[in-house]
Amino acid sequence: MKKKVILDKQMMIEATVQSIVMLNPFKLAKNPVMFVVGIGSVLTTLMAISSLIHHSTELFFTTTISVWLWLTIGFANFAEALAELQGKAQALSLRSTRAETTASLVTPRGTVKIPGNQLKREDQFIVEEGNVIPTDGEILEGVASIDESAITGESAPVIREAGGDRSGVTGGTRVLAGKIRVMVTNKPGETFLDRMIDLVEGATRQKSPNEIALTILLIGLTLIFLFVVASLPAFSSYSGIKSSPTILIALLVCLIPTTIAGLLPAIGIAGIDRAFRANVIAKSGKAVEVAGDIDILLLDKTGTITFGNRQAVQFLPAKGVSEEDLIRASWLASLPDGTPEGKSIVRLAETHIRLSNPPAEAIPIPFTPETRMSGVDTPDGEIRKGAGDAIQTYVGGPFSPDLSESISSVARSGGTPLVVAMNRKPLGVVHLKDVIKPGLKERFERLRKMGVTTVMVTGDNPLTARAIAEEAGLDDYFAQAKPEDKMALIKKEQEKGRLVAMTGDGTNDAPSLAQADVALAMNSGTQAAKEAGNMVDLDSDPTKIIEVVEIGKQLLITRGALTTFSIANDVAKYFAILPAMFVTAYPQLKILNIMSLATPVSAITSAIIFNALIIPALIPLALKGVRYRPIGASALLRENLLIYGLGGIIVPFIGIKLIDIALVLLHFT
Amino acid sequence: MIANDWIQILFSLGVTVLLAPLVGRYLAWIYKGPHLSLERGFYRLVGINPDHEMTWKEYGAVLLVSNAFFFAAGFLVLWAQPVLPLNPRNLPPLSPELTFNTAASFVTNTNWQAYAGEAQLSNLSQMLAITFLMFVGANTGMASLVAIFKGFTRSGSQTIGNFWTDFVRFFIRAFLPACFLMALIHVYQGSPQTLRTQITAHTLEGPPQTLIVGPVASLESLKHLGTNGGGFYNANGAHPYENPTPLTNTLEFLEMGLFTFSLPFFFGRMIGRPRQGQVFFIAILTLYLSGFALIEYSERMPNPLLAHASVEQQVGPLSDGGNTEGKETRFGITQTSLFSNTTIAATTGAVDGAMDSMNPLSILVYLVHMFLNEEPGGKGVGFAGLLKEAILAIFLAGLMVGRSPEFLGKRIESREIKLASLSLLVTPLLVLWLTGISLLLPSGKSSMGNPGPHGFMEVLYAFSSGNANNGSAMAGLNVSTPYYAILLGVEMLLGRFLPLLPLLALAGALARKKTHPETAGTFKTDQPLFIVLLLGFMILFAALTFFPPLMLGPLLEHLSLLHGISF
Repeated sequence: MKKKVILDKQMMIEATVQSIVMLNPFKLAKNPVMFVVGIGSVLTTLMAISSLIHHSTELFFTTTISVWLWLTIGFANFAEALAELQGKAQALSLRSTRAETTASLVTPRGTVKIPGNQLKREDQFIVEEGNVIPTDGEILEGVASIDESAITGESAPVIREAGGDRSGVTGGTRVLAGKIRVMVTNKPGETFLDRMIDLVEGATRQKSPNEIALTILLIGLTLIFLFVVASLPAFSSYSGIKSSPTILIALLVCLIPTTIAGLLPAIGIAGIDRAFRANVIAKSGKAVEVAGDIDILLLDKTGTITFGNRQAVQFLPAKGVSEEDLIRASWLASLPDGTPEGKSIVRLAETHIRLSNPPAEAIPIPFTPETRMSGVDTPDGEIRKGAGDAIQTYVGGPFSPDLSESISSVARSGGTPLVVAMNRKPLGVVHLKDVIKPGLKERFERLRKMGVTTVMVTGDNPLTARAIAEEAGLDDYFAQAKPEDKMALIKKEQEKGRLVAMTGDGTNDAPSLAQADVALAMNSGTQAAKEAGNMVDLDSDPTKIIEVVEIGKQLLITRGALTTFSIANDVAKYFAILPAMFVTAYPQLKILNIMSLATPVSAITSAIIFNALIIPALIPLALKGVRYRPIGASALLRENLLIYGLGGIIVPFIGIKLIDIALVLLHFT
Repeated sequence: MIANDWIQILFSLGVTVLLAPLVGRYLAWIYKGPHLSLERGFYRLVGINPDHEMTWKEYGAVLLVSNAFFFAAGFLVLWAQPVLPLNPRNLPPLSPELTFNTAASFVTNTNWQAYAGEAQLSNLSQMLAITFLMFVGANTGMASLVAIFKGFTRSGSQTIGNFWTDFVRFFIRAFLPACFLMALIHVYQGSPQTLRTQITAHTLEGPPQTLIVGPVASLESLKHLGTNGGGFYNANGAHPYENPTPLTNTLEFLEMGLFTFSLPFFFGRMIGRPRQGQVFFIAILTLYLSGFALIEYSERMPNPLLAHASVEQQVGPLSDGGNTEGKETRFGITQTSLFSNTTIAATTGAVDGAMDSMNPLSILVYLVHMFLNEEPGGKGVGFAGLLKEAILAIFLAGLMVGRSPEFLGKRIESREIKLASLSLLVTPLLVLWLTGISLLLPSGKSSMGNPGPHGFMEVLYAFSSGNANNGSAMAGLNVSTPYYAILLGVEMLLGRFLPLLPLLALAGALARKKTHPETAGTFKTDQPLFIVLLLGFMILFAALTFFPPLMLGPLLEHLSLLHGISF
């Protein structure tokens, strides 16, 4: 279920109301650039009132500037409010799914029915077939098939069971079959969804490091323009002109980076929101942003790169054994075997030859750690399958050279050789292969172009690991890895100054998840993993991290693009306002009015109107984000510099001219 | 322009471009290698541990304290001139405010001269105060640049080197030998180098003429090699004893560029990325050449106001054409344009023509050079400023590649932005506000000799020069009043040390950071796009900050000229 951007009339009205509430000076002070605009608005309003009292001719002009200054703040607030509301709406749409549930609380005196929202942390409750799980928790006992479509949109049910790495359940999902006892893992109001809502609502929203650095730069620029504008009265007085405070305030507001300062909060919230629409719940805005910076992505082989299990792909009979005999023996030995590998042998065998009627009196021999073989005893003899060394022990002598060659060729190609023997005579080899998920190669290629190195972590031997890494198009692999090795690997890369991302679901992944810079935990995973990670994927799809990386990059690009655009805009504003200020004293400056704006008053008014209107005009871009394409850093920068740098210089010339024409048509001047 | 002009331009620039990489490589050798035994001996003598590593705070403190000492020493020598030896003319001391102004001017490598050297200073003052401060001022700038380089060459380090070794190495291995050699050439070309104070010449007209002489050649080579600019004589490079022949004019041009243009190559070698150095060099050269082209164009332009007067402004057999007012006929327009562009761009501030007589568009170029102060900028500090601009440009636009901005493997975060912005704030604050205040106050206005935009430019120019530690004066403004002497003196000190300390802190912050390996997603800064980004940011930033004064000064005067309006 890809959640759509929620944008309706109701939300617009709410955002408008919110943007007036946000005029609160304490709230404004958090955004220094907009605070300066706020002071300008108050001052021009006071001047307008004074003009009214003194019947000054300036009244109309001062009032107009004042109104547009207030609108500038209003538009900026509107952008932030709209982004907040959108994020909140997304989260609320999820929360509504579990609003009114009842829970069977486990007490020493048996189970008691209570409303789901009264569950406390570490309470235990029981969910039976057909019931909705009231809140997030971890299964202590039992196994269940759960429909998670309410949060993931995926209709196929998933299995969740106690003890393993897939013991987490989410509030709002439904148990289709089975009965589980669950322990509540969060305090009421502190589930991931609650945190998510807090994150977009501003209460706990913290600026990311990058946002702070940008804000410092914006403050620096604001100070510089303050110095510039404050020096103008002296220059004017030297030129014999009385400087108008209204014009000076208008010029200051036009020059300081209001566009980016107004949209900055919205961009950040929209980033978290975009992650959320991809079904990833970020625990902080920083997490999403850092995702754009990662250098190395660690991926588990099993479950992430390959399907969880191996598939039989080929039968390799030994010398002197017919293919049919090998296939039939493999088929018989695998029929009682319920493992995915066993089933895949049966499937492959049945596509090769017609097989039917297994002997009724066949006795299944299950796999034991001692023999490390499984098989079947039929009236025709005993059939065994297992790893090469296990069968060798069973056969009691060395394999023929051709069989040994078959075994090692399978291993070399990254597969697992399974040797089948009948009556202590080896028949041949079944080639079991890791099946790589489709479409991964393209995604890894995309990551490579983004500058992210992909590393596969696997417990396999280096030979197999290399073959799989090559086939899947990964940059590197780390073979024969134990869980603690992953942690060491992350630390080693971080030591070199690299940022590492990983995905994980198990409890033994938790330390590595906590160490990694970006850690995407699977929602199906254990509570420990979900706590350690800084993002949770509701779909439990390990490759989702790639999307998160793109969202992070998009966030940074949008921020940079709008900053560049905002500053480039100043050129046109100078050309609109400065000649207007000095043309009465020095008519020869008329040539600098390159937009040939009608009058000084219309020129200044047009500039301030443009400065205000550009904020709502860019809201869609701020919320949607600038498109990211992995075409290499330089090409991307060149493209964005052209669009937002050069475009930022040109667009306001056109915009201010058009507004000036409109003002003339309205007889405003 | 005639063929001769082109030969002059191509020769001077060609030699500069050829020498710069070689000198850059030599400087890198100086700083990468071990101590020389000569240096070790010196350290032992004065009791310095050359291997002691300093944090940025310690480095900054040592730099400030040593400069305070240099300042005090210079001040005392000037102040005690009457009682000190080598003053046969019994020259009185400079006034206290002028003494302060001069000591501040020379310790900050500004070399703003509110006094007339030949009339007011004894030979001892010229040597012990002026020459001494010229050496240590330039050397301090160079040392601070080397410290700032450490921000990029070090990873995970708390320290940025040792001020004294950074100071001494350049002095012993490059600065002093070069100055000595060039001084000999200046003597050979006719500059005086003597402890005598005056000689009497018998003129053709009959009456004798007294000519002031002294240790001119040594001061002259240092003045250019150290991008100092302070002359022995008031007329500076236009005085025949300071700049006797077209050869010395060319040599002085080359001396100004010798160390300054080599700094990007020096940087490239130090960080182990020579290409990065070349890219910075091209950026600097582009700005420098654009400035020169505009000056040359502007000076060749006939003055419309003089069109009806009988002034020959076209190129003819007897005239070079264009604006020859205030130019040495020995040098002509091209040599003067080339020299003035270099002297301002490299913050030497020496002049070989009258700046006040330049056309307004030339003044525009000078002002922009001083606002940017980085193409190539003064000894050391200019290139350090360029690195700061690069950091800001990369932060601003670098986000657009979709990664947290990085420059040469160092991640740019809030601390770096804070320090770079702090350093950036100083120029607009000092230049705009001090100009504005002076235009309002009677003591500021009373010194102005011209009305309208020209008078405005003269004040703006003075404060731009003081802030940029440039030292050139447009003249036309009486700056030997207590008001200007003190205000400009304070401005030179603030303009020198206020931007420098945040840059040292920036180096400290960068040195502490780990160097981040490059990936395919990193924006490579050693390619043409970086030049476009850097120049775009610098020009846009300078334009946005200084558009109002540039419009009311040079642009207004230029437009007035075209409209035939005078003030």
